[in-house]
Amino acid sequence: MDFELSDEQHRWQETVHEFCAREVRPLAAEMDERQEYNAAAVRKMGPLGLLGLNVPEQYGGAEIDAISAAIAIEELGWADGGTALSVSAHNGLACAPIALFGTEQQKVRWLPKLALGSEGLGSLALTEPGGGSDLMGGVQTRAELTNGEWIINGSKAWITNASVASQIVTLCRTDPGGGSRALSLIVVPVGSAGLHIHPAEKKMGVRASPTHALTFEKVRVPEDHLLGAPGDGIYQTLEVLDGGRVSIGALAVGLARSAAEEAIRYAKERRAFGEPLSQKQAIQWMIADAATEIEAARLLVYRAAWLKQAELPFTKEASIAKLFATEMAERVCRNAIQILGGYGYSAEYPVERIYRDARLMTIGEGTSEIQRLVIARRVLGIE
Amino acid sequence: MNIVVCVKQTTDTAATLSVVDGEASYGDAALVLNPWDEYAVEQALLTKEAEGGKVTALCLGPDSAEDALKQALAMGCDEAVLILDAVFESADTLVVSRALAAGIEKLDPPELVFFGKSAVDSDTGVMGPQVARRLGWPSLNLVAAIPELDASAKTITVERLLEEGRQIVSGRLPAVVSVVKEINEPRYPSFMGIRKASKAEIPRWSAADVGLSGQIQPALSWPEILAPEKSEAVCELIEGGDASEIARKLVDRLVEEKVI
Ligand SMILES: Cc1cc2nc3c(=O)[nH]c(=O)nc-3n(C[C@H](O)[C@H](O)[C@H](O)COP(=O)(O)OP(=O)(O)OC[C@H]3O[C@@H](n4cnc5c(N)ncnc54)[C@H](O)[C@@H]3O)c2cc1C
Ligand SMILES: Cc1cc2nc3c(=O)[nH]c(=O)nc-3n(C[C@H](O)[C@H](O)[C@H](O)COP(=O)(O)OP(=O)(O)OC[C@H]3O[C@@H](n4cnc5c(N)ncnc54)[C@H](O)[C@@H]3O)c2cc1C
Repeated sequence: MDFELSDEQHRWQETVHEFCAREVRPLAAEMDERQEYNAAAVRKMGPLGLLGLNVPEQYGGAEIDAISAAIAIEELGWADGGTALSVSAHNGLACAPIALFGTEQQKVRWLPKLALGSEGLGSLALTEPGGGSDLMGGVQTRAELTNGEWIINGSKAWITNASVASQIVTLCRTDPGGGSRALSLIVVPVGSAGLHIHPAEKKMGVRASPTHALTFEKVRVPEDHLLGAPGDGIYQTLEVLDGGRVSIGALAVGLARSAAEEAIRYAKERRAFGEPLSQKQAIQWMIADAATEIEAARLLVYRAAWLKQAELPFTKEASIAKLFATEMAERVCRNAIQILGGYGYSAEYPVERIYRDARLMTIGEGTSEIQRLVIARRVLGIE
Repeated sequence: MNIVVCVKQTTDTAATLSVVDGEASYGDAALVLNPWDEYAVEQALLTKEAEGGKVTALCLGPDSAEDALKQALAMGCDEAVLILDAVFESADTLVVSRALAAGIEKLDPPELVFFGKSAVDSDTGVMGPQVARRLGWPSLNLVAAIPELDASAKTITVERLLEEGRQIVSGRLPAVVSVVKEINEPRYPSFMGIRKASKAEIPRWSAADVGLSGQIQPALSWPEILAPEKSEAVCELIEGGDASEIARKLVDRLVEEKVI
């Protein structure tokens, strides 16, 4: 067993950290306030490899190992939860299914541009107004094959990046009969006639990450935009979500680290009853808990990433990492606000924003309840 | 076009210098690629992207300096060489420039050699011009733009950023160019570059390898290193009813302190 990052991973961490500290973090508060996507920073991410984490080098990606990908997302989370969510979703949810299930032709067609971000990011559209947790029962968006084209009708909700995307990988019902082989993933280019992207949702947090409702009104895409075989959709989605969950875990570790750093800095400076807050045991304990939980969460994230990289089963470990890391981030942010007292509650300090960002992480890409359900089924051996 | 970029490893700009046991010391401050040299590397890469060829990063320094060269490789340099020898331990600029010039002469003959404006630690800013002199090539320093570069005619025109303004100078290749930060915006290393850099085996050349033999005596020595005396700063707020009263009180205080 080896807990050391490799030389390559160290250098990558330093590079991404430096990039985030200069290009992403300084704008986080403003982007949150204005509910604006940090397009300038994202544009600069392509050449670094940050937009092609899972994309093979032959298609212009960075083909990064899973731990290095987690490292990058943690740094982004440290810098700005909203921007990190957009980048995480782009890589883990949109590029991943194309890289995993696409044909050679499909990969050549879409991946190089996505990895460079030259025409925008990617989205994955699973959730619908009628439900997100229960995809098999809930997905109503219908795709019908007519004359070599898929004709798509329906609507999606809460789709990250849709307005800044070039492609939306869309989970559609291709077999009205139902069952586990009724769904398929189809790549829908943004700009397709009949695809309506509604105005960005007004959200509590991750406000730099645009989220949209979509309507598909007789949207036509060529037959070969389907990924894999018809009916593979739900299996592909679950596989993609396993990877996405590791990424959200990493993002949550970054958020917690950022809030803890702020709390530690403040506790050393702020004085009460004649001494710095950092001398008070109640404060020390909150900081000790934060340090412990952040370490624990990062190890869970790295372990799930390590399994993924080794191509071993990691569904349970991904859920464990996501569940623990995201709930941990909420606790750490909550305590960070507590340590800053009134200032913690003020928009003048970053911890309230990080708290709002962290709140999403127990919902998106599978709620905490769904993670517990996945874990419990595996632990109890329930099919 | 063969391009060389000379890079130094320095402490980062946040490091503080102190004197420990009569030696200048930065303590255990983080070591980085000299921040000014990022601009030199970027310019070398931009030139290669426009003209073709390869970029070799060259550094004289201790073992740890390999890390700065890896950073240059991660940014996109094709090759790197570290000049490393115990004889360079107390080197002054004259020795370093001799070694760098000798190193450059051992490489595939370059058309352009880039330098940073200065190293953030010793900060003499003389290395580019000294190496140019030793090679017998034009020295174009404080360069903020390269409006013309003609590889076939072997000419170069640069804009130098001086206190008085911009000066436009033309010269012949091969030439030595030291750059200022106005010239470009350095890129971040890519993951692909980092992967290449971490695998790279960087060749090490000794003094003998670059053809320097015998005594390599610095002309300068540092017989004694002293920390400047600490000056105590006391802050005094001058208050008053309005601006002119405050100004009057300030003048009185300054006269009293014999500042004016
Ligand atoms: C900012 C943001 C970005 C998003 N980005 C995307 C995106 O890019 N793509 C995408 O497809 N979706 C996206 N989503 C949607 C997100 O994945 C869903 O909101 C989430 O999966 C939950 O689905 P739901 O909102 O329909 O809630 P529901 O599924 O209706 O769940 C409501 C509540 O019931 C609980 N619940 C549901 N089933 C069970 C069960 N079996 N046992 C116990 N409790 C249960 C849930 O945990 C939750 O607490 C995003 C959401 C947000 C807020
Ligand atoms: C710890 C320490 C001990 C020293 N001891 C002595 C001493 O005993 N006697 C003495 O006279 N001087 C000493 N020096 C100074 C040393 O000689 C100079 O650092 C060196 O000559 C380079 O000058 P500079 O750093 O001012 O570079 P500058 O002229 O400011 O650098 C300009 C550019 O030259 C290039 N460059 C500079 N150095 C190198 C290098 N090593 N390899 C490749 N490219 C380079 C870079 O592109 C840089 O941007 C010492 C310096 C340090 C940090």
